Amino acid sequence: MQQTQSTKWMTHGEAGLMLFFAMAAFVCAFAAAKALDAPFAFHASLAAVASGVASFAIMNRYLDRPASLPPEEISGKPNYNLGPIKFASFMAMFWGIAGFAVGLLIASQLAWPLLNLDLPWTSFGRLRPLHTSAVIFAFGGNVLIATSFYVVQRTCRTRLVGDLAPWFVVLGYNFFIVIAGTGYLLGVTQSKEYAEPEWYADLWLTIVWVVYLVVFVMTLVKRKEPHIFVANWFYLAFIVTIAVLHLGNNLALPVSLLGSKSYIAWAGVQDAMFQWWYGHNAVGFFLTAGFLAIMYYFIPKRAERPVYSYRLSIIHFWSLIFLYIWAGPHHLHYTALPDWTQTLGMTFSVMLWMPSWGGMINGLMTLSGAWDKLRTDPVLRMLVVSVAFYGMSTFEGPLMSIKVVNSLSHYTDWTIGHVHSGALGWVGFVSFGALYCLVPWLWGRKELYSLKLVNWHFWISTIGIVLYISAMWVSGILQGLMWRAYTSLGFLEYSFIETVEAMHPFYVIRAAGGALFLIGALIMAYNLWMTVRASEADVGTELALQAAE
Amino acid sequence: MSFWTRHQIFEKNSIILIAGILVVIAIGGLVEITPLFYLKSTIEVVDGVRPYTPLELAGRNIYVREGCYLCHSQMVRPLRDEIERYGHFSLAAESMYDHPFQWGSKRTGPDLARVGAKYSDEWHVTHLTNPRAIVPQSVMPGYPFLAQTEVDTAVVADNLKASRIVGVPYSDEQIKNAVADLKAQADPDSVGTDAFGKRYPKAVIRNFDSKAGAPTEMDALVAYLQMLGTLVDFKLYNEKANLR
Repeated sequence: MQQTQSTKWMTHGEAGLMLFFAMAAFVCAFAAAKALDAPFAFHASLAAVASGVASFAIMNRYLDRPASLPPEEISGKPNYNLGPIKFASFMAMFWGIAGFAVGLLIASQLAWPLLNLDLPWTSFGRLRPLHTSAVIFAFGGNVLIATSFYVVQRTCRTRLVGDLAPWFVVLGYNFFIVIAGTGYLLGVTQSKEYAEPEWYADLWLTIVWVVYLVVFVMTLVKRKEPHIFVANWFYLAFIVTIAVLHLGNNLALPVSLLGSKSYIAWAGVQDAMFQWWYGHNAVGFFLTAGFLAIMYYFIPKRAERPVYSYRLSIIHFWSLIFLYIWAGPHHLHYTALPDWTQTLGMTFSVMLWMPSWGGMINGLMTLSGAWDKLRTDPVLRMLVVSVAFYGMSTFEGPLMSIKVVNSLSHYTDWTIGHVHSGALGWVGFVSFGALYCLVPWLWGRKELYSLKLVNWHFWISTIGIVLYISAMWVSGILQGLMWRAYTSLGFLEYSFIETVEAMHPFYVIRAAGGALFLIGALIMAYNLWMTVRASEADVGTELALQAAE
Repeated sequence: MSFWTRHQIFEKNSIILIAGILVVIAIGGLVEITPLFYLKSTIEVVDGVRPYTPLELAGRNIYVREGCYLCHSQMVRPLRDEIERYGHFSLAAESMYDHPFQWGSKRTGPDLARVGAKYSDEWHVTHLTNPRAIVPQSVMPGYPFLAQTEVDTAVVADNLKASRIVGVPYSDEQIKNAVADLKAQADPDSVGTDAFGKRYPKAVIRNFDSKAGAPTEMDALVAYLQMLGTLVDFKLYNEKANLR
């Protein structure tokens, strides 16, 4: 086959997408002109510009590329597609820092309310969804997309499916983040926690997510390995279930196709149940299953040990995804949700402790025979401590789902502390560990710029987490007890505002903890940046290709 | 063939693996959610619960827009201290027209399910403009811009229409007169108040922000806050009839 003879043609994908984006640019420009409200006009203009740029970029890419697409294999070795992964890794770090910074800001607002500035777009109510979405979906989501695209290629020993599709996924997903985030600041929200983006952002995410699923599954289908590696089961469960949850919880009717407002299809009790079925499984499948996949690939790789138990991982997988789905109603204890639903939710939440710890044991015991590496490798230490935090918060979770405990903990900062021991300790650390592994692999560097800085990051962030969660435990339990305190005469002892006042010192400590966590992430960003910038002389042999199995 | 060998069917076929995942994750959701739509005991039979007036709905949309639910719950639990602090525990029926629900998950500030008619309009206006002017220890943001922004009347009827499609029983007449009703509720001296009163019996008609001119977002939000939890008359409510 001679390269010179083949004439250069646009692929169907290139031509189709270019046409799609060109048309989308016109439709969005029209929508911007006819929009009923300013935020919608702004978002439609953004979409018009982005579509125009996308269309132009596809043409440019076509003109620059050789006549044939990148080969599947180069001299017998899979030609892995790393470009979209590099982009998603970069965006993960970017959004991580943005999300932690907004978190620090809103934590400070609770300690010093003047920081709200009394402007619409800087008030706590609009910034809080920005924080949660930036850390969960922007930071966490980019980590998941980056690692899943990497892991699926490596463990299937084949190139990612599609030429433009992986780029469509990473760019489209980050465009969704921009629309969602700017929307919150402008007051565009459905008010469903962790599902705040309005109908048009939800629609766009649906398209991106379906392409993500197709790319992932089609790569699995053409794998060169007989077995699908365990990490990919978890990635697949995460992608499929998030799609189901997203569609169920966001079913809404737009007031107008040219305006941002919509009304959710469900009402009252049913809406509450849908919301927490979604909300708790955003935790279960986005923040747990997806990151467990990271655990199952990156810990064995970094420790150079096989996964502890193959049978345990089978039990772990099926029991985890079966039980998690039931746990939602524990967010609605003692509410107007029927009692039978609450009890079911509580029962399954307690049972969920078992697969959670089964998974934790599988992750930790993978270090059998390699425990000494914890002393010398701070990246591995970060990964292992993340699993320990996972174990801690998955013990605390079932405890808080017990109705009597929940009657105290619900509505207080204890919940916030619980979420953050999972989010900072588990999701944060396992993501940091994965990125510390991934960046040298992606850019073909022998090692990180500095392991010493990783050590600093580890300790500063750990202290930050400890400050954060212990402050929230104390403030949460204190507030819960103050709400229900009675005087000897049988009157409520404290007015509500007295309980607010009592929170102040803990809000200050929490903000300090958040600041430390942010500083750690900034050190990490510098370290990764210097790793990528390392001189060509440092480019060494890649680590072993095979997944530890 | 052992259990572990049988499991290989999932490990070797991505489509069967997807099917397995879908079946396993469907069960919990189906069991917990579907009955809520047909079990009659889910939502009590109660007198007094009505759809929001156009002004209250506009206020509710502002409540949603500003993310009030992130610090204020609207769900009083049947616990002694909550009932004494906030009032009768919340009924499912009281949020049956709420798209979306606003039960919340955090009480950085107090529960608002029964805040209606507890404070004066003036209290709310001052407090929303600058919370620390009334409650020095408060950590709530101020919302001075609400009083300076008029309610957008262009979308009022469409809001009712969309709500009706998702299940709120607004009549044709209520939709047709949405803008007039919105203005009438905030202006006791206007001619439209009688017609408004017929369409929304017992709804409160007041100039909530006590400013002349077109209704502001402050009018709308205060109108919403002042009706919260006031629809059901618990002196007449028969708890036994709704035992679940």
